[in-house]
Amino acid sequence: MSRVVDAIARLGRMVIGGVRHAGSMALFAVELAWVLMPSWARPRDIFQQVYAAGVLSLVIIIVAGGFVGLVLGLQGYNILSNFNASESLGVMVALSLVRELGPVVAALLFAGRAGSAITAEIALMKTTEQLAALEMMAVDPLRRVIGPRFWGAMISVPLLAALFSMVGIIGGYLIGVVVLGVDQASYWGQIAEQMEAWEDVGGGAIKSLAFGAVIALIAVYEGYRAEPTASGMARATTQTVVLSSLAVLGLDFVMTAFMFGA
Amino acid sequence: MIELDQVQFARGRQVIFGGVDMAFPRGQVTAVLGPSGTGKTTLLRLIGGQVRPSAGRVVVDGTEVSRARRKTLYALRRRMGVLFQNGALFTDLTVGENVAFPLRAHSRLDEALIERIVLFKLEAVGLRSARGKYPAELSGGMARRAALARAMALDPEIMLYDEPFAGQDPVGMGVLLRLIRRLNDALGLTSIVVTHDVSEALSIADHVIVIAGGRVIGQGAPEEVLAQRESEPALAQFLDGAADGPLNAGDVGTPLAEELGLGGGR
Amino acid sequence: MNVQRGVELVVGVFVLAGIAALMVMALQWSNFGASRVSGYEITARFDNIGGLTVQSPVKLAGLTIGRVDSIELDSETFQAEVHMVIDDRYDNLPTDSFANIYTAGLLGAQYVEISPGGALESLEDGDRITMTQSAIILESVVSKFLFDKAKE
Repeated sequence: MSRVVDAIARLGRMVIGGVRHAGSMALFAVELAWVLMPSWARPRDIFQQVYAAGVLSLVIIIVAGGFVGLVLGLQGYNILSNFNASESLGVMVALSLVRELGPVVAALLFAGRAGSAITAEIALMKTTEQLAALEMMAVDPLRRVIGPRFWGAMISVPLLAALFSMVGIIGGYLIGVVVLGVDQASYWGQIAEQMEAWEDVGGGAIKSLAFGAVIALIAVYEGYRAEPTASGMARATTQTVVLSSLAVLGLDFVMTAFMFGA
Repeated sequence: MIELDQVQFARGRQVIFGGVDMAFPRGQVTAVLGPSGTGKTTLLRLIGGQVRPSAGRVVVDGTEVSRARRKTLYALRRRMGVLFQNGALFTDLTVGENVAFPLRAHSRLDEALIERIVLFKLEAVGLRSARGKYPAELSGGMARRAALARAMALDPEIMLYDEPFAGQDPVGMGVLLRLIRRLNDALGLTSIVVTHDVSEALSIADHVIVIAGGRVIGQGAPEEVLAQRESEPALAQFLDGAADGPLNAGDVGTPLAEELGLGGGR
Repeated sequence: MNVQRGVELVVGVFVLAGIAALMVMALQWSNFGASRVSGYEITARFDNIGGLTVQSPVKLAGLTIGRVDSIELDSETFQAEVHMVIDDRYDNLPTDSFANIYTAGLLGAQYVEISPGGALESLEDGDRITMTQSAIILESVVSKFLFDKAKE
C-alpha cells in the first residue's frame, strides 16, 4: 500500500517541480527580454550565432526535407490513387509540408541538433566559471552570451522551416512527376490553385517563428540554470531536447486549432 | 579597505557564515585560510557582490556592496580583478584576446594601445609568447597566469585570488607566490588570497584570517595568528595539519559496532 | 578578420536563401493574386448548391474565370443565392448563359461552370444569371433510381 502512496507522492513532487520549473523559466524570460534588443549592439556576435545554429543545421534540414518530401510523394500517390485523385498529389504534399511538417519537423530537428548544442555550450561556460568571470568584469553575461544565442536560434528556425518545406515540395515533385508519372501541370497547377499565400505559407511561417522562440528560450534557460557539474550538463541538454520537442508539438496543436480550426 | 560587519549567509539550511566580522587592510596581502567547504569562495562572492548576505554589511572602500544597485556594483567591479580557481578564460578567444577583453569592454582605447597594454600585462606574468594560443593549448599553470594577466588588465585596486595554488607543482607555486607579492607591492593593491595551503599563504601574507565552522577562529599578522594556536584548538589543528581535532570531531557518528548490529559494548 | 568575413557572408546567404524560399512559396507557388484579381460581381440562384463553398472556382470551358465570393439563403424563394466575382478580362458573357454546378473528378471539389448562351448583351456588375442547374446530389439520384426500379 505504501508503494502506491510513494508513487503518488512522487507524482505530486514531479508536478510541483514542473510548475516551479515553468515559473523559473518565466522569470528568466522576463530578465532576458530586457537584454534582447541591447544584444543587437554587437551584431557580429548574433551573426556568429546564426551561423552556429542555422547554417550548421542546413545539411540535416535539407536532407531531411528531401526525404520527407520523397516519402510524402510516395505515400500520397499510393493513397490518392485509390480515389483516382493522384492529380492532387501536389496539393497534398505542399499543404502538408507548408502547414505542418515544415515548421514542426524542422523545429524538432533543430532542437535536437542546435538546441542541445546551445545548452551544452552555456552550461560549460557556467561550469568553468566563464559566466561568473564576465559578471566580475562588469559585463552582463545575459547581454553578451545569452542574448545573441537566443537571437541566433530564433532567426534560424523560420528560415530552416521554409527551406525544409521547399525542398520537400521539390522532393514530392521528383517522386510524383518524374518517377510516378503524375502530370506536371497538375502538380504545380493545383498547388497554385489551393495553397493560400497568407493562410498556409504565412501561417506556417508564424508557427515556425513561435517554435523558434520557444526552443531558443528553453535551450538558453537550461544552459544558464544547469548545475555546474558534468552530470548537470548532461541533464540540461537532455531537458532541452525533450522539453523543446514537447513544447513544439503542444504549441503546434494550439496554433493549428487557432489558425486552421473549424 | 574592505570590511565584513556581522555578516550572515546561509545556503538552504546550511549556515555558512553565522555573523562574522572581518577586516582587510588596504595595500596589504590578506590570506583567508580554512578547511575545504567553509565558505572561502562564498566570501569572495560576497565581496564581489555576486551574492548578498542574509544579514550584515559588506563594505568595499566605503561602498556597501551588499545593498548596491547594479550600476554602482558594476562600477565597483571595474576596480576589482578576480582570479578564478581554474582561470575561467574564455575558451573561444586567444590568450591575447582574453586579456584585451576587459579593455575592449570598458575603455575606448584604440586597438594599437590595447595591443601594447596586453603585451605589458602578459610580460608581467611571463606569458608574452603565448599571446596567440587558445586556452585549450595551455597548461594549468599557464592558464592561471593568463587569467591573472586578464584580471589585471584594467589595473584594479583590489585583487581577489580564489585558491590560486590548488594543484600547482612547486615551481608554478613559487612563480605565483612571487607574482602575487610583487604585484601587490609594486602597484599598491589590496589583495585577498583564499586558500588552504597554509605555509605558502603565510609566506607572503601581511594579514591572516582563519575561518572554520562559519566563524573566524584567528585573525591578525601571521606571527600573531600562530601564537593564537594556544587558545584555540581548532586553529591549532588546522595550522599544524593534525589529523584529529575539533575540526573533524563530528565525523565519527554512531559506533561502527552498533551499525553492524553487533551487540557487545552496550 | 577573414574568418569573420567568411562567416558573415555565409550567414547572409543563408538568410537570403530562407527568405527566398518563403517568397517563392508564398508568391510563386501559391494562389497569391488569384483571389485578389479585380472583377465584377454577378449572382445566380440554385435550388441546391451541394458542396459549393466560398472560394470555389467559377469556370468557363474549363478555365477558371472567377471565384465564389459569398453564398446566402434567400428567405423568400428558399433558394441559395451565390455571388461570384468574375475577372474583368472576361466581360462578354452573354446574358442568357447557364450556371451549372459540377464536380471536378469523382471526389473533387465542386465548382460553377458557366455555359455561354447566344445573346448579344453581356453580363455586367450586379446582373443575375437566371438559368441555373443545381448540383447533382448522389442520394437523390440513387433514391430516384430505386423509386423508378420499384415502379417497374
